[in-house]
Amino acid sequence: MTETPRLPGRTRHAGRRLAALLGGFAVLAVSVSIAISVGAVQVPLATVWGVFLNKLVPGLVDATWSQGREAIVWDIRFPRALLAMMVGAGLAMVGASLQAVTRNPLADPHLLGISSGGAFGAILALLHTGLFIGLLTVPLLAFLGALMATLVVLGVARFAEASSADRLVLAGVAVSFIIMSAANVLIFLGDPRATHTVVFWMLGGLGLAQWSQLAYPLVILVLCGAWLMSRASSLNAMTVGDETASTLGIAVARFRLLVFVVGALITGVMVAFSGIIGFVGLMVPHVVRMLVGGDYLRVLPGSALVGAILLLWADIAARTVMAPEDIPIGIVTGLIGGVFFVWLLGRRRPQ
Amino acid sequence: MNSARLTVTDLSWSPRRGGERLLHATSFTLAAGRVLGIVGPNGAGKTTLLRLLYRFHRPETGTVAIDGEDIWRLSARAVARRVAAVLQEHPSDFSLTVAEVVALGRTPHRRGFAGTDGARDRQIIHQVLGQLGLKGLAHRHIGTLSGGERQRVMVARALAQEPGLLILDEPTNHLDIRHQLETLNLIRTLPLTIVTSLHDLNLASGICDDVLLLQGGKPQGFGPPGQVLSEAAVSRAFRVDARRETLAPSGAAHLTYHLSDAGQNP
Repeated sequence: MTETPRLPGRTRHAGRRLAALLGGFAVLAVSVSIAISVGAVQVPLATVWGVFLNKLVPGLVDATWSQGREAIVWDIRFPRALLAMMVGAGLAMVGASLQAVTRNPLADPHLLGISSGGAFGAILALLHTGLFIGLLTVPLLAFLGALMATLVVLGVARFAEASSADRLVLAGVAVSFIIMSAANVLIFLGDPRATHTVVFWMLGGLGLAQWSQLAYPLVILVLCGAWLMSRASSLNAMTVGDETASTLGIAVARFRLLVFVVGALITGVMVAFSGIIGFVGLMVPHVVRMLVGGDYLRVLPGSALVGAILLLWADIAARTVMAPEDIPIGIVTGLIGGVFFVWLLGRRRPQ
Repeated sequence: MNSARLTVTDLSWSPRRGGERLLHATSFTLAAGRVLGIVGPNGAGKTTLLRLLYRFHRPETGTVAIDGEDIWRLSARAVARRVAAVLQEHPSDFSLTVAEVVALGRTPHRRGFAGTDGARDRQIIHQVLGQLGLKGLAHRHIGTLSGGERQRVMVARALAQEPGLLILDEPTNHLDIRHQLETLNLIRTLPLTIVTSLHDLNLASGICDDVLLLQGGKPQGFGPPGQVLSEAAVSRAFRVDARRETLAPSGAAHLTYHLSDAGQNP
């Protein structure tokens, strides 16, 4: 046999996937444009694109808009939209990866207490320790908090011998409660003048996004995302079972721990910049699996894309529902995610 | 695929170092291409022994060698290229297709960036899908298959590893009679060294070249089934009265079992 055999339907599938990818990017571009255009001050889409193109290539488009409009688009809404995309993409990829290594379709950085740990670390930095190493203090302590919570959850799961899917989630919820109450103690003990800001941030706020800070989440997202992608086939193997994965040459315990640490890194940094935004990691991978199947080589980039789009729209909703007030985005994702969770439980009912 | 020689020397294991042993010193040599059945009552240590063979447990004493090489002196990936296992784990909630599950078998052979499936990978996946009659199911989600089909997928995945030794854990469990016979027939015809745990002694006698009888973590005999599965040995290991009878038209030997203490206990 000289010709390489093709699996049936391979080209058709490849074509469909390419179409899905291009379609996804188109939806993303439209979503970003709308997210930047709507708000307390409506900005026409043409202006959004005009400002963007002029920043890429100065003088490309004649500036028909005011300085004020340009400031709103470029200094406030662009960084906010970019942060929303990064947070959505990051949390969705973490959710997808944790679901594989725990073999648990309910795994999510929020449900497993990782987000709470991140919030604890961030609150500690904001209200108590001060920014002792500058801007990096909050993300660093958030990461350490998220890592600590991760290790506690894994420890509790082992202590309670909660290896089954549903019991691991219970262990995560239990740890999450404990850490959140500790975080609330930190808020209670903190400077009352600062607590309002902290509570608002904790409920999920992208409003603090600034160009100068976007580099941190971007670097983490790109590095960790690339690492997860490079482990896509190991993640696939983990969905079959620990022992089978180990017979495929994967050091199961070490790999699972690494994925949890990388998950804590992404989650911690995202929490530091945007507060607790729950359920994105739970919802998005399920939607993506329905669209592109279960292979992690497609689930991971698909989750990043859909997560980014979802969070842009959640942010649009958060800014328009009670305009001109912003409601915290965590309220929006919590509402959508809670309903999704109920639907998922119904679907997973034992036959 | 070249079938491998399996040498087990003085192998033992306990969950905690120095704790109670679930497997006591076991030694045997399985020549290349032979089929070994591991039999014994529940809790005899069958699964423990299999886990030691596929490098999931690290031996407390002794060694497992493939073609003379200690599997713990090789990397996990190197062992995965020579030993494959079909276990009672199945993916279900993650929407992988049959072709994707079978492709997992190529994992230990891949180099560099994950998922670069070369022409050779594709050819092997194509070939094992055909060998196990799974071509029509290649793009079905694994969760939508019947138990027998899923079992075939997991065997295909193991064969895609191109192992010299294939380990199966109770391959006939939860299968109906036809699928049991098909699975056993497949085992019989694969040109590999095979180790399989089996509940049914008559099935084991039918397809195995050698059997290893375990009881309470201790080996009770190793050799051809007719020799090892004597009435006395089976009666002792399973605490029953075993009788070797002859089936009427075929003249094949067949073990039957009776409770030895029946009538004595209320």
